[in-house]
Amino acid sequence: MLAFILRRLIQSIAVLLVVGMVSFSLFRYVGDPISGMVGQDTPASEREALREKLGLNDSAPVQFLHFIGNAARGQFGLSYRTSEPVNRLILERMPATLELSFCAAVFALFVGIPMGVYTGLYPRHWSSRLFQAVSLIGISLPTFVIGILLILVFAVMLRWLPSFGRGETSTFGWWTTNFTSWKGLQALILPSITLGLFQLTLIMRLVRSEMLEVMRTDYIKFARARGLSNRAINFGHALKNTLVPVITVTGLQLGSLIAFALVTETVFAWPGVGQLFIQSVQFADIPVMAAYLMLIGLLFVVINLVVDILYFVVDPRLRGQGARAAGR
Amino acid sequence: MAGGTSFSRWLHRASDSDVWWSFRSSSLTIAAAVVTALILILSFLSPLLAPHTPFDPSTLSLSDGLKPPAWMPDGDWAFPLGTDDQGRDVLSAIMYGTRLSLVVGMASVFVSMLIGITLGLVSGYVGGVTDAVIMRIADVQLTFPAILVALLIDGVVRGLISVQRHDEIALFVIIGAIGLSFWVQYARTIRGSVMVEKNKEYVQAARVIGLSPVLIMVRHVLPNVTGPILVIATINLGLAVISEATLSFLGVGLPSTQPSLGTLIRLGNELLQSGEWWITLFPSITLAALVLAVNLLGDWLRDALNPKLR
Repeated sequence: MLAFILRRLIQSIAVLLVVGMVSFSLFRYVGDPISGMVGQDTPASEREALREKLGLNDSAPVQFLHFIGNAARGQFGLSYRTSEPVNRLILERMPATLELSFCAAVFALFVGIPMGVYTGLYPRHWSSRLFQAVSLIGISLPTFVIGILLILVFAVMLRWLPSFGRGETSTFGWWTTNFTSWKGLQALILPSITLGLFQLTLIMRLVRSEMLEVMRTDYIKFARARGLSNRAINFGHALKNTLVPVITVTGLQLGSLIAFALVTETVFAWPGVGQLFIQSVQFADIPVMAAYLMLIGLLFVVINLVVDILYFVVDPRLRGQGARAAGR
Repeated sequence: MAGGTSFSRWLHRASDSDVWWSFRSSSLTIAAAVVTALILILSFLSPLLAPHTPFDPSTLSLSDGLKPPAWMPDGDWAFPLGTDDQGRDVLSAIMYGTRLSLVVGMASVFVSMLIGITLGLVSGYVGGVTDAVIMRIADVQLTFPAILVALLIDGVVRGLISVQRHDEIALFVIIGAIGLSFWVQYARTIRGSVMVEKNKEYVQAARVIGLSPVLIMVRHVLPNVTGPILVIATINLGLAVISEATLSFLGVGLPSTQPSLGTLIRLGNELLQSGEWWITLFPSITLAALVLAVNLLGDWLRDALNPKLR
């Protein structure tokens, strides 16, 4: 198992280095970093001095090492658009994105798994068929269309919930939160549903198909023969064995949740990291783009690693053949 | 006449085939096919069929602005689905916009197919270091959602060229960006089949008679590995249309002078708060119907062409 984790760790670092290389080439070769920092009438000699001072005249490998070193300390320079340090811009907006993604994940899991279990246990019931049909539509509708429809119904027509912004927030150190006031919680509802709906349908369909498969196995028949209660069979035996793929998919989806938050954030004018990234794409604000790329890369690599390790914790069958799994 | 008889024979064979049978026996698939065909015809014939030419400023009049759909009070049957703030007919804008969305979707599927098939062929046939490099790039790219990759490519292009130039070539930028973000699936599938095919005798025979590797790959291996590509392409068409709509909605896709469905939804979204719901709702419904229909067709095709499920 240790060998397996070590191997995955090395792979992860390699992926991060590649992402770093892409970020670095963006930073270095797309647009001129100097022209973003100085005025138009700055003389060439001054530009050259700044170039020398920032190390832009060093060889590419040296610059790359500097870039990686700075990135490891969270330094990505100044934004071309606002001239503020990139790390501060991102840090300011991180809590909004994390709280939104967290609520969406909770929504997707706590609604998706029960719906999946239900439709898996009673596949022929009319309500299961209804869930199935709705989930097909949920998978086909783009995130932003779902958001717009929710705004139309709940904010414009019924006027129950706010349609944009975070509402009231409180600040603890550098962390701003929505969870302390009723208004802040209300503002979270529509964006979380929008962001979580796709994941919900995915989890529901996955749990359903896994449940259908597990219910046909011999050990479930045997459990019935032993006279166990339905509750013990459904949740103790069946659901537990569907969890391995659910953990994988949910884990991997956690990353795309944070990535897709950028669409939801645009629909609801939610001041998160995704919105910052969209603005930086529109203005070709390369330092912010590079930093966001590194951040998302780190996130995905960590999630993949954690998911791989969780396999071992959840599925005892894998522990015995750890050596074989490592060789895959 | 020979052409006619061979056509009728072909028709007979096609109507007798398993694929046609599985198509006819699924009413959902027929419905999806009808919707897809309807959208295709209405959008590609939009210059002939659309009641107005929404992007010709000389035909617009601001006094027609913000009319609700025709069945509402204040509606006007000249504008069946209402107008936007500049007096453009929503129905005509949707027809033109759908055509643009479909063109971008199909072109980007073609681009990713071209890249994916080429890299998959080379990767599977050459093997060794080339294979390892291509597949590791694929792994890294798969780590990120396709929409992020497309956004990133778009951002890089914006950094390289000026804003006016970007609006002119936005169509090609977005096709390239989406095409580059979806090639991995084709490459992996093709590579897998090529690795099986390349050890078969006909490939060895071709090698023995001294054909060049490129010729063997393109003329001999390729025709034998393209089977699954059609299914992937159909499913990816839905994804590509969604990606284009999402990018345009985020304001980094097609400009408002060349609006696709996504651009129309974004422009309408700005007016949603003041109660003008039709400008954004109707393009959204069109987009959803199109993607749902294409996805259903893709699902059916996957099952119909999979001999294991028969």
